[in-house]
Amino acid sequence: MSPNITQSWVLALVPEIGLVILLAAVLLYDRLVKPEERRRVGLLTAWGAFAILVTTLGLWLATGEPNNATDIGTSLMWGGMIRFDLIALVFHVIFLVALMLTALLSLDVEHLQKGEYYALLITAAIGFSLMGASADLIMLYVALETASISSYILAGFATKDPRSSEAGMKYFIYGAFATGVMLYGMSLLYGLTGQTNLYILGSIFGGFQQIPTEVNAVVILSAVMIMVGFGFKISAVPFHFWTPDVYEGSPTPFTGYVSTASKAAGFAVFLRVFTTGVLGEPSDASMWWAMLIAITVITMTLGNFVAIFQKNFKRLLAYSSIAQAGYALIGLVTLSPDGSSATMYYLLMYIFTNIAAFGVITIVSNRIGSDELEDFSGLSRRSPYLALVMMFALLSLSGIPPTAGFFGKFFLFRSAVNAGLWWLALLGILNAFVALYYYLSAVKYMYLYRSENEDDPIPVSRGAKVGLAFSLFFIFYLGIFAGPIFEWTRTAADAFFVLAR
Amino acid sequence: MIPLSWYLLVAAALFSIGLYGVLARRNAVAILMGVELMLNAVNINLVAFWRYGRFPEQPVGLAWAVFVLTVAAAEAAVGLALIISIYRHRDSVVAEEMDTLKN
Repeated sequence: MSPNITQSWVLALVPEIGLVILLAAVLLYDRLVKPEERRRVGLLTAWGAFAILVTTLGLWLATGEPNNATDIGTSLMWGGMIRFDLIALVFHVIFLVALMLTALLSLDVEHLQKGEYYALLITAAIGFSLMGASADLIMLYVALETASISSYILAGFATKDPRSSEAGMKYFIYGAFATGVMLYGMSLLYGLTGQTNLYILGSIFGGFQQIPTEVNAVVILSAVMIMVGFGFKISAVPFHFWTPDVYEGSPTPFTGYVSTASKAAGFAVFLRVFTTGVLGEPSDASMWWAMLIAITVITMTLGNFVAIFQKNFKRLLAYSSIAQAGYALIGLVTLSPDGSSATMYYLLMYIFTNIAAFGVITIVSNRIGSDELEDFSGLSRRSPYLALVMMFALLSLSGIPPTAGFFGKFFLFRSAVNAGLWWLALLGILNAFVALYYYLSAVKYMYLYRSENEDDPIPVSRGAKVGLAFSLFFIFYLGIFAGPIFEWTRTAADAFFVLAR
Repeated sequence: MIPLSWYLLVAAALFSIGLYGVLARRNAVAILMGVELMLNAVNINLVAFWRYGRFPEQPVGLAWAVFVLTVAAAEAAVGLALIISIYRHRDSVVAEEMDTLKN
């Protein structure tokens, strides 16, 4: 008996199929290309990701699938393993854009001009895409590990650099530990119900008026364990210890990738699992909800306050990215369509903003061989455009209009106020002021401080220029015309809450 | 027949030993072994839940356990490669001594 494979089943997997073809093409092309033209492998990856992005969006516009019909029966595909809805589409766009920009910015880094590097970036993207679409615990686990294992190798990819090896090792140890704990929690959920599909699990637990006490204890235990795994992925606070070390030691373009795409994938599964109602309704009495709010508050605050004291640019952005995860969690804890869509919007704008910032660090440190903050002194005289891109990226991270970060934060805080969590929004705003301090002090290094080699300009290749210009364009586009994109994520977010009432 | 709780106890004990290994051992290879123990505990859980569950005709737990085994093998390969890569730089696999990256 073979399942009846329909057109939408295939449509659901278009990005993944495209990425697998691209993977094969990259590995093959790497063997064929002359050693002095190695750079072209990266260009192939970037063009391929762009082509897949255009195809995915084109097919969506042409066929109207996935649409905002939120019926579970028609949107679950491939035996319930993945769900083909607008959420999956939003996250596919996020990951493909991240892959394209990362490939463009990796082009000129000598030790990354290898086919394996790009192949691993693509494998990680396949894992992320499937995470964004997965509707089943088994699929979720396999997708998450596909992404994680590729990321461990990428973090340790610069084997000649002891810092990179150490980053890979640390990422691996923390990551394997966190996924082990998460998996144990998932096995408990499976044991309770005999089911692995998120939506079936959600309807089972949602069917109870009050989950029986002895069952509830196991549910809470597995919720905590699953939160360890997801919290690791998004670098939320008690599970953030790997973040600064891995961000500092990894090859810089990959740092940009892991801080945006990997985080977005973590949020994708976090939202998918916690909005199905696997854990019951959020209420003041439910322990997992209180825990999630505590994590949100601590993540924002600790990230921002520790970032103030950083002397290394990549470490500063690492703590900043912990804080950004805290802001994005605000949308998650409201557990409303508004909040989830605000989180998705935030992740989308975060891709452009953070990859632009790490792109500038890549180009500068590729030239000067350092990523300490004080070595960025006088950047505005060495390369005014790089300094400008960096300044707008930092302003967007701190949420100043007219950059994308402003609306990102605005939608998040609005959803918190609408959900009655006005104090959480207030904390977020206070945190944004703290963040402004250290972002502006980084700007100060670039614009006000002088250095002795100011007449030594920093060359920027055309690929990197295109990547940075693309990011900068969207930093402003999402900051000025936020409405249509937010509407898009808002429509998508309805699909999260199909089981609620 | 042996009751389900015995299997769950063995799995929980194995998981705790693995957890202890990850948190307390200094040698990176021993940490890796701890992770493997945790994953094996999960496998015992999955297979036991499948066998004693309400749907033994759907081999979901079995399939999942096979996936976990496969992924664990891949993870071990990558982990050992990373350990070798760091051993070449430092002539040591002691996790505490990996302190190039810190504030």
